[in-house]
Amino acid sequence: MFTLTGDPDGEEPYVSNPSGDGTNARGPMSGDYLLQVSGVSKEFPGVKALDQMHLELRKGEVLALVGENGAGKSTLMKLLAGVYTPDSGRFLLDGEEVEISGPKHAQELGVSIIHQEFNLMPDLTVAQNIYIGREPRWGDFLLSEKRLNEAASALFERLELPLDPRQKVSELTVAKQQMVEIAKALSYDARVLIMDEPTAALNDAEVAVLHDLIRRFRTPETGVIYISHRMDELKAISDRIEVIRDGRYIDTLTTSETTMREVISLMVGRELKENVRPETEHGTDEVVLAVRGLSTKELLHDVSFELHRGEILGFAGLMGAGRTEVARAIVGADRHSAGEIELKGTSVRLPNPSVAAANGIGYLSEDRKRFGLLLDQRVGFNVALSSLTKYVGLGVFMKDNAIRVTAREMVETLRIKTPSIDQTVQNLSGGNQQKVVIAKWLVKDCDVLIFDEPTRGIDVGAKEEIYQLLNRLAAEGKAIIMISSELPEVLRMSHRVAVMCEGRLTALLAADEADQESIMHYATLRPDVLGAVDETPEAEMQEAGTR
Amino acid sequence: MTQTAVQGAQAPALNRGRLRAGLQQLLAFASLIVIVIFFSLTSDVFFTYDNLVNNVLVSTVVVGLLAVGTTFVIITGGIDLSIGTGMSLCAVMSGVFIENLGLPLWLGVLGAVLVGGLIGAVNGAAVAFFKFPPFIATLAMMLIAQGLALVISHTSPIYFTKAPGYIDLASGSIIPGIDVPNAVLIFFVTAIIAAILLNKTIVGRYTYAIGSNADATAISGINVRRWTWVVYVIGGLFIGLAGVMISARLASAQPATGQGYELQAIAAVVIGGTSLAGGKGSMVGTVIGSLIIAVLNNGLQLISVPQEWQNVVLGCVILFAVYMDMLRRRER
Ligand SMILES: Nc1ncnc2c1ncn2[C@@H]1O[C@H](COP(=O)(O)OP(=O)(O)OP(=O)(O)O)[C@@H](O)[C@H]1O
Ligand SMILES: [Mg+2]
Repeated sequence: MFTLTGDPDGEEPYVSNPSGDGTNARGPMSGDYLLQVSGVSKEFPGVKALDQMHLELRKGEVLALVGENGAGKSTLMKLLAGVYTPDSGRFLLDGEEVEISGPKHAQELGVSIIHQEFNLMPDLTVAQNIYIGREPRWGDFLLSEKRLNEAASALFERLELPLDPRQKVSELTVAKQQMVEIAKALSYDARVLIMDEPTAALNDAEVAVLHDLIRRFRTPETGVIYISHRMDELKAISDRIEVIRDGRYIDTLTTSETTMREVISLMVGRELKENVRPETEHGTDEVVLAVRGLSTKELLHDVSFELHRGEILGFAGLMGAGRTEVARAIVGADRHSAGEIELKGTSVRLPNPSVAAANGIGYLSEDRKRFGLLLDQRVGFNVALSSLTKYVGLGVFMKDNAIRVTAREMVETLRIKTPSIDQTVQNLSGGNQQKVVIAKWLVKDCDVLIFDEPTRGIDVGAKEEIYQLLNRLAAEGKAIIMISSELPEVLRMSHRVAVMCEGRLTALLAADEADQESIMHYATLRPDVLGAVDETPEAEMQEAGTR
Repeated sequence: MTQTAVQGAQAPALNRGRLRAGLQQLLAFASLIVIVIFFSLTSDVFFTYDNLVNNVLVSTVVVGLLAVGTTFVIITGGIDLSIGTGMSLCAVMSGVFIENLGLPLWLGVLGAVLVGGLIGAVNGAAVAFFKFPPFIATLAMMLIAQGLALVISHTSPIYFTKAPGYIDLASGSIIPGIDVPNAVLIFFVTAIIAAILLNKTIVGRYTYAIGSNADATAISGINVRRWTWVVYVIGGLFIGLAGVMISARLASAQPATGQGYELQAIAAVVIGGTSLAGGKGSMVGTVIGSLIIAVLNNGLQLISVPQEWQNVVLGCVILFAVYMDMLRRRER
């Protein structure tokens, strides 16, 4: 069971590879395997998602599972969680064959999972979500809300997560929602803990908190399967790395004996061109978008900056710093209480995102499920959605063929992994859904593009493709804002970096001034000199920053 | 992250949440008060004990029972169009049991309620197990129930003559000295039971969970199909009870009275702040919504607004109520 073993303050240095518990030093005997998957296949209509898949999880280890978007990682995990049933193959728990009949059964077997796509009930409270199906009751039927909230409070205290049991999940930020999922998964006291991209929505400090949790809750009797596209994380948290490609097992590597280069080339099956920098040194002098004194009632305070033609302006900051809020206020998704937006020298009023889009400002939301996609529509339709007026003939008729041609082009350029452009978006893997959102805005052809976490959940290969794409767009003369919680990405891609802290823009750094330290400094620079300084985030950031 | 951080986050959120929940109910309740005051000023008869109890409350009962039952269904994100004609069928079956078959009163009533449960069970099976969209499944049931009610009754009313106690179920008054019809008591008691069911039991919890995100609920290990089915059965039992109440009040089972009640009941639920998208809603809201509809119907009649215009007013009230609700939600 996951019980508190380690020191909660985390004496272990953050960078070390935590394999000092001896379990991994021994050669694996069959008794050492917690979970074995052999010869598992799963086919969806038109897609062979898993083909003779193989996986071994040893006791006490963190096994990273990596592969490109659509490689079949989530599908394998859903089989383990009882969401899907395999077409063929065997699962062994502690060396004994098991048939996992459903989610409930998986829980009973001690398999607990954080799914890639958020799986919370937004209208229920945090505590109600976590204990769904296991609510404290009087008898079989009557709920005890008080005991429920007490249990949740105790859990949060144990995990040291800043969550309020009584708050509705719909009121939480994406990162907080992810914490709820993490708390839920840990609350099962499972033996096999599966995390499918748990950090996709988290910033570095929050990732550090999660890793700390994983270390503390790991015992010689438990194992963790950890899926992530963030290569730096794998090094920090995993003992071994299993690579899969196109639904097939490729190899398993010991983390301390391999390089990320090797992992990546196994993943994508080819060498990657790395470290592309913007083709141009600066943007042009032409100001496309000028934001002056932007404030909102809730958070933003006097945010001003200019965005140049051909420029990539990175936005860095901690969770809740207000980066997404700036984007939303610019395109009119949220109301602003003061401030002015100038587009190519003329002041414009953008009451909502569709007016913004009509004026050539495109916003790619960080929350693709809610704001980015029509999940139950086809890939082709989604790609054309923002620009349907381009495809109207004779006043009313849709030019379906033209749409199909464009959609195919986009699927090709972005390498969207889908059997056809007629596939329902819902059935694509998470990373490929993200690519569909990007495709949609590329078709729209805006002058200003605001990318909010554009590479969230995207594999390394595709990331490079997106970086190259951003560079190409900038070189073509588009003005780009890139909001990202991954510092290396911001540093690498930006001509200039805007840093935010608590709703204020604290710095605008040129590429040569921007580095980890300077960004951290401004990201935690509080404007209130008077009040007592709360040190928590700063300490966390430093911890995260030392990686 | 420290302990203080946890508590710091807790306090304000709690107050806001409670405030908001309170506000929702307050808003519907305030509208009810405003309407009541309006009619009290414009009509002499409206604000009398006799009118409020014997007309307004009594006419709340049938719509109210249907609305209470269907609140469960709507919170799961479903809809039940068969409640009106289903009620007719239950009323007819009550007549068949008691008048034609001569069953004892209690057995006849129980039978009628169970017929309602059966209607719900069929709806629930179609939706939960065969994956029909709720609109389609219950639209079909609406037609089936209407047809069966007419066939079984040979298209004519069944009068309750053999069991005089039957009429007392609705019109009698068991509390000595206080002149409140049983139907009104039964409505409020069942509404309270329904509120407890919705807020304090696992049935209610899963009702909200399914409406909020059915996939997530299933992945959390809950048997979504079974609980969806249960919810439709609960809705069905209320259809049965409404069938008994309407036939007891009219002293006869009328095979065609039910049609149209489904829309009134759904309107009551919506006015009470329950979202047709599922996941959100309250029983108190539904009761207030039912009262608003009854007060409007009664008051408009008293101030001599023609029947045709009453529907126009009701339509506008629905728009207004839902708009207020949307504004409130957007505010945060
Ligand atoms: N329900 C489904 N119906 C049809 N196809 C599906 C379904 N679920 C997954 N697939 C397909 O199976 C393949 C594997 O998808 P999966 O979600 O397992 O990928 P993944 O490795 O998790 O990718 P990512 O890193 O993007 O999350 C993909 O090609 C996907 O389109
Ligand atoms: Mg996945």
